[in-house]
Amino acid sequence: MTADGAGPTLVLVIAVGVLVATGVTLLLERSLSRILLGVILLGNGVNLLILLGGRSGVAPVVGTAPTGEMSDALPQAMVLTAVVITFGLTAFLLAVAYRSWYLSGDDEVQDDLEDRQVVRLAERNEVSTADLGGEGPDNDPEQVDPGPALRRLRRRGDQR
Amino acid sequence: MTAALVPLPVVVPLLGAALTLILANRPRLQRSVSVVGLATTLAVAVTLLVEAYRHGPVVVQVGGWPAPVGIVLVADQLAALMLVVSSAVTLCVLLYSIGQGRGETSESAPVSIYHPTYLVLTAGVTNAFLAGDLFNLFVGFEILLAASFVLITLGGTETRIRTGSTYVVVSVLSSMIFLAAVGLVYAATGTVNMAQLAGRLDGLPDGVRLALQLMLLLAFGIKAAVFPVSAWLPDSYPTAPAPVTAVFAGLLTKVGVYAIIRTETLLFPGGHADRLLMVVAGLTMVVGILGAVAQSDMKRLFSFTLVSHIGYMIFGVALSSVAGLSGAIFYVVHHITIQTTLFLVAGLVEERAGSTDLRRLGGLARVAPLLAVLFFVPAMNLAGIPPFSGFLGKLGLLQAGVAARGVLPGVLVGAGTVTSLLTLYAASRVWNIAFWRSPRLATADPTVPLPALMVGATAALVVLGVGLTLAAGPLFEVTADAATDLRARTPYVRAVFPAGVP
Repeated sequence: MTADGAGPTLVLVIAVGVLVATGVTLLLERSLSRILLGVILLGNGVNLLILLGGRSGVAPVVGTAPTGEMSDALPQAMVLTAVVITFGLTAFLLAVAYRSWYLSGDDEVQDDLEDRQVVRLAERNEVSTADLGGEGPDNDPEQVDPGPALRRLRRRGDQR
Repeated sequence: MTAALVPLPVVVPLLGAALTLILANRPRLQRSVSVVGLATTLAVAVTLLVEAYRHGPVVVQVGGWPAPVGIVLVADQLAALMLVVSSAVTLCVLLYSIGQGRGETSESAPVSIYHPTYLVLTAGVTNAFLAGDLFNLFVGFEILLAASFVLITLGGTETRIRTGSTYVVVSVLSSMIFLAAVGLVYAATGTVNMAQLAGRLDGLPDGVRLALQLMLLLAFGIKAAVFPVSAWLPDSYPTAPAPVTAVFAGLLTKVGVYAIIRTETLLFPGGHADRLLMVVAGLTMVVGILGAVAQSDMKRLFSFTLVSHIGYMIFGVALSSVAGLSGAIFYVVHHITIQTTLFLVAGLVEERAGSTDLRRLGGLARVAPLLAVLFFVPAMNLAGIPPFSGFLGKLGLLQAGVAARGVLPGVLVGAGTVTSLLTLYAASRVWNIAFWRSPRLATADPTVPLPALMVGATAALVVLGVGLTLAAGPLFEVTADAATDLRARTPYVRAVFPAGVP
């Protein structure tokens, strides 16, 4: 950052842009380890962006410099928190990528269930789920029509 | 006095999480700690709601640091109401999962980390509701997301890792967008305190203001699963264990909706994004429910109805009238309860019949009549059949839409009605196939009876859902009051800065 407090230098702004752009590009990949790198780069870009939001200056320690020349301490505090959070999420993503590799031999993110189902149905040239609710009472042995009560009575009488 | 209560809904679950982690080897003690912790949270939340309704927002300055520098926790009526509903639901789901844990024998290892993670998730949700500070809201989101990552990949099986990785990446991306928006808001205004932002954002140039608003809306939209960015949800939720899916479906998306309500009322009033939000809300409703109609698995079907009904809440927010907001808040309360119940019932069906696939189910009404009742009531409630709260919520929203007069609200009212009918179709389809037709293979085998605690917890939520119907009058009074406060903005700002905004 510039020492005269005139705002962020162009270099830092470009750095943010490059970090975010590479991060987003890597996020679009299939393999989880590349996505992981993308998350790290994107996270760093965003953290740098927050830092640029505050006033630049000397270290904000009371007594070392006049208050007007100090940098803004709040974005630094926020970035510290955000860095810790990004670190934690990255660690978790790493664990997921490792587990994925352990289970399936690669760490590629597969198509979702719906996509695969659609592809499978298209290969076999079938329609998707038919409505399965429409079946008559005849199929259910417990729902056979008992018939009018009179006839039943008579039949019972015949058998005796 | 009551100000001291405000941090408790965050602190108690966090301490409980630490305790349960220590007590990992003593399952019985671990369970009682979690239950006591969440019951305390519920009691505190009810007290806060009463206090906020009677005397206005309750504010605490964390660590005694005065407001614009330090962090504030604010329990206004909206936040307190959300707290009450969310803690009631989390408590019921916790009891359900305890009941399930007793039934299962194989999954002993993950259970020890289940309770701490679950409590951390609760703490994240309550922190997001109470945050009076944009950055603290971000932290709340991160707490709940980190916990949800662990819960959604619980056990680390192949399907859970596959769907979990999508969920993790999408969530991280939305967090990054949110974080960037927070940074830009700070750069533009020099503060992240929401009460102070309310004044300072008004002074920004229109273009900057709209850009910040859209960025926040995008971040919260991903979390709330609003249509163009909703595809992650129906794929990732159904594979998790039943109680986890239930609590995610009930709470996590609603935290996003809550954040959207805050953004649209406190930070960016004036409705610059209203037309966009309305279009998005309509598409969310219709596309979501069409997805539900095409599904053949109960859990996936309910995931799609979840996405679809988020549209109703966004519609209410987009109307930016007191009636619309009030309807939206009522709908959030209703939907948290009902959607959670339905996922719990799906879990019971899985426990009873071994599957939630509609192609393998049938005749449950005959085999398990109680289960059928437990499904039927919330399903009809979701579809909006008259006596239930779903009907009242939809009616409130549609009335607000008609009162708004205009082509777009009119179209939205039509879309809402169609969605309601299609929900009824989807729900009755599940009813017909899974419960009404003759028993299938999957259900014919004799099974052990369902654990009483699971059934009890589900029944409690069903009763809570019906209770919302009976208490709809007073509840609508609270939501209308909350909506008026939100529109006015001054009660919130004055509560945070009693001596005027610095």
